[in-house]
Amino acid sequence: MTIEILMPALSPTMTEGTLARWVKNEGDKVCSGDVIAEIETDKATMEVEAADEGVIGKILIPAGSQGVAVNTPIALLLEEGEDSAALDQHQSKTAPMAPATESASAPAVVSSSPVSAPVADDKTYAHYKTLTVREALREAMGEEMRRDENIVLLGEEVAEYNGAYKVSQGLWDEFGDKRVIDTPITEMGFAGLGVGAAFGGLTPIVEFMTMNFAMQAIDQIVNSAAKTRYMSGGQMGCPIVFRGPNGAAARVAAQHSQCYASWYAHIPGLKVIAPYDSADAKGLLKSAIRDPNPVICLEHEMLYGQSFELPDDEDFTAPLGKARIMREGSDVTIVAFSRMVGHALEAAEALVAEGISAEVINMRTLRPLDTDTIVQSVMKTNRLVAVEESWPFAGIGAEIAAQMMEHAFDYLDAPMVRVHGADVPMPYAANLEKLALPQPSDIIEAVRTVCYRKAA
Amino acid sequence: MKFSARLKTVESQTSAAPALDLVRAWREMLLIRRFEEKAAQLYGMGLIGGFCHLYIGEEAVTTGVLSAMRPEDSCITSYRDHGQMLMMGMDPKGVMAELTGRIGGYSKGKGGSMHMFSVEKHFYGGHGIVGAQVPIGTGLAFAHRYKNDGGVCVTFMGDGATNQGQVYESFNMAALWKLPIVYIIENNQYAMGTARKRHAAGDQSQRGEAYGIHGHKVDGQNVSQVYAAALEAIEQARSGKGPVLLEMDTYRYRGHGMSDPAKYRTKEEVDQWKDQRDPIETLRARLLKDKLASEENLKSIEKEIKKIVTDAATFAQESPEPDPSELYTDVLSDASI
Ligand SMILES: Cc1ncc(C[n+]2csc(CCOP(=O)(O)OP(=O)(O)O)c2C)c(N)n1
Ligand SMILES: [Mg+2]
Repeated sequence: MTIEILMPALSPTMTEGTLARWVKNEGDKVCSGDVIAEIETDKATMEVEAADEGVIGKILIPAGSQGVAVNTPIALLLEEGEDSAALDQHQSKTAPMAPATESASAPAVVSSSPVSAPVADDKTYAHYKTLTVREALREAMGEEMRRDENIVLLGEEVAEYNGAYKVSQGLWDEFGDKRVIDTPITEMGFAGLGVGAAFGGLTPIVEFMTMNFAMQAIDQIVNSAAKTRYMSGGQMGCPIVFRGPNGAAARVAAQHSQCYASWYAHIPGLKVIAPYDSADAKGLLKSAIRDPNPVICLEHEMLYGQSFELPDDEDFTAPLGKARIMREGSDVTIVAFSRMVGHALEAAEALVAEGISAEVINMRTLRPLDTDTIVQSVMKTNRLVAVEESWPFAGIGAEIAAQMMEHAFDYLDAPMVRVHGADVPMPYAANLEKLALPQPSDIIEAVRTVCYRKAA
Repeated sequence: MKFSARLKTVESQTSAAPALDLVRAWREMLLIRRFEEKAAQLYGMGLIGGFCHLYIGEEAVTTGVLSAMRPEDSCITSYRDHGQMLMMGMDPKGVMAELTGRIGGYSKGKGGSMHMFSVEKHFYGGHGIVGAQVPIGTGLAFAHRYKNDGGVCVTFMGDGATNQGQVYESFNMAALWKLPIVYIIENNQYAMGTARKRHAAGDQSQRGEAYGIHGHKVDGQNVSQVYAAALEAIEQARSGKGPVLLEMDTYRYRGHGMSDPAKYRTKEEVDQWKDQRDPIETLRARLLKDKLASEENLKSIEKEIKKIVTDAATFAQESPEPDPSELYTDVLSDASI
């Protein structure tokens, strides 16, 4: 039987690509493992290898074709003993993936935020531009490194490979080996080395490939970076930024998919930021680099590729310790951080149809927490939902609940509700993973609960 | 290479040491390769997600080492684990179904490519944190010694993993307490995009020497040599003389994971390993030349492997997704105390 060779997906997020080149032609014999074609995505060029043995009977998608959906048959392979007559009998069994222009999980709200959303520092700017979160983080580091030659970037694959998630792309080209440094896989070592370099007068930006691996280094972060100012009676501090993707990524299972917000937010002596959009990413990271204290920057892999507007101004920064109202509303307050801000905005948009006006607060900094902004909002709406991707126990939502007991008890018309990830290690299976993570529908449900409404 | 003199004795099979069945070794290597190719194909179709690290090119390492093990021994490795699992006798269907995240997988679909275990086969994972399996393997060896069960733990790690501090904390304890453990460095020349010479100072095979752990470099593309070295190392560890370290010189043909285009190395370099040192092709040539197998024998093995892999893929697609209730099971044991 003829075998269909399908357009492969090379990453969990790829839905289409360009068929750049055929390495084999019709009539060529191929063995399993032979390179037959090259395909390109926005991220990379990859080789397609044959998985079966046979002769290329027919090329269905010519070289140079763009936007070829994953799982589209690109060629037919004749098995041993088959001749080309088999090609005529062939009927396709596979349906290509629909290109994900409007995938369900992509946050719908990007630039249509009703409030003066791009303004992350309460000022207005003459010019705005659109960048991905990845580019915004890169710009923050590049601009700061140009400003201060004592800033260095170190971590695994940050230099020659341009970053495992391409955040540091181009920085090694610009700043060279002296300032952009590939480390061995030795997190405890290079985190501690960063702390020492900070003691010695540098400002290191330490990238963890993901924050999961910072667990190897957490002793240096907590015991050395966070406590030194206090232990030295204020004589010396540790100006350093530890940053990297935090929280859930797609299908990478329990050891690679977890959120450390409440871990670091627990520690006196640290500041903790969690940017949502490009303005947050650039503005907060610049402030973090300038801050004389150790700052943990919790990024989100699933936001890296999303585009948002931000001020086009070198002087733009976002203040640490200040939340940002993304959308004004009068009936309920939803507080969230990082990727969950997108979910909260999506929920708020959907709730309009139910006649519920939700205010969405992007916390941006988790330590010090901007309790004031939340309390002010609750005084107006009298209802509160806190959203986080992580586990509920002793989490950020739990802390907010405690703060509300202390500062807004009399203003609440309903008990606050937390939306959070399932209290289990992250499962790999696609269906379980989806159940483990908070969805916009969970936020909508929580809002209905605090508003004492039934589903419309 | 320190082992070269002794290799002959093992290979020519004079004494008690069992000979490596080369035809069988070829079959095992082929199974790993075809399994991995099928996994890549299923990944391409969106049936496998997340991280998926293939073992293609490195088959002789796990095949040679694990052929030297006895049933009472145990094994632990990193996330590049499919080869080890197949060699430990785990069912290809269960492994493939774990890759697709289905209930029929070894972890009921909850672990995925990087996290599979089989207590029955003494395979202890499947670990995603670089280097973390090394102290754990040392602990398995501690348990072997404690229970006096005669077992040895074989602990695999990548060349990049050898830079983690916990590796040396483990070396010290293992040597101090003469634990029955063999550490295998799978030196595939790269830690993700970083070439060995850019991440590791000195000779990695000698990194145990200060603790009294003797290290040897082995041609990891030659399954006989891997087997001979592993057999000697495992038996030394079993005899109570303490740990041994073997550095396997090998190569991964594919990118680090599925989304790595591997631009950090030249095509010539990759082709050289593939064309001149491919463990499966070189052994095939040797089997034919030494008349240990005929073309027909090998063809029928290929057919048999193809069927095993196809069946595994079918099973992995037909096995259902885990029931939603599985989300909350297995977090803690419910066993009463
Ligand atoms: C503690 C930790 N840091 C970083 C990573 C990300 N990471 C996964 S594999 C890898 C490279 C490991 O290379 P090596 O040890 O040589 O093994 P190979 O993948 O080549 O088999 C890195 C950096 C990780 N999983 N764990
Ligand atoms: Mg390696």
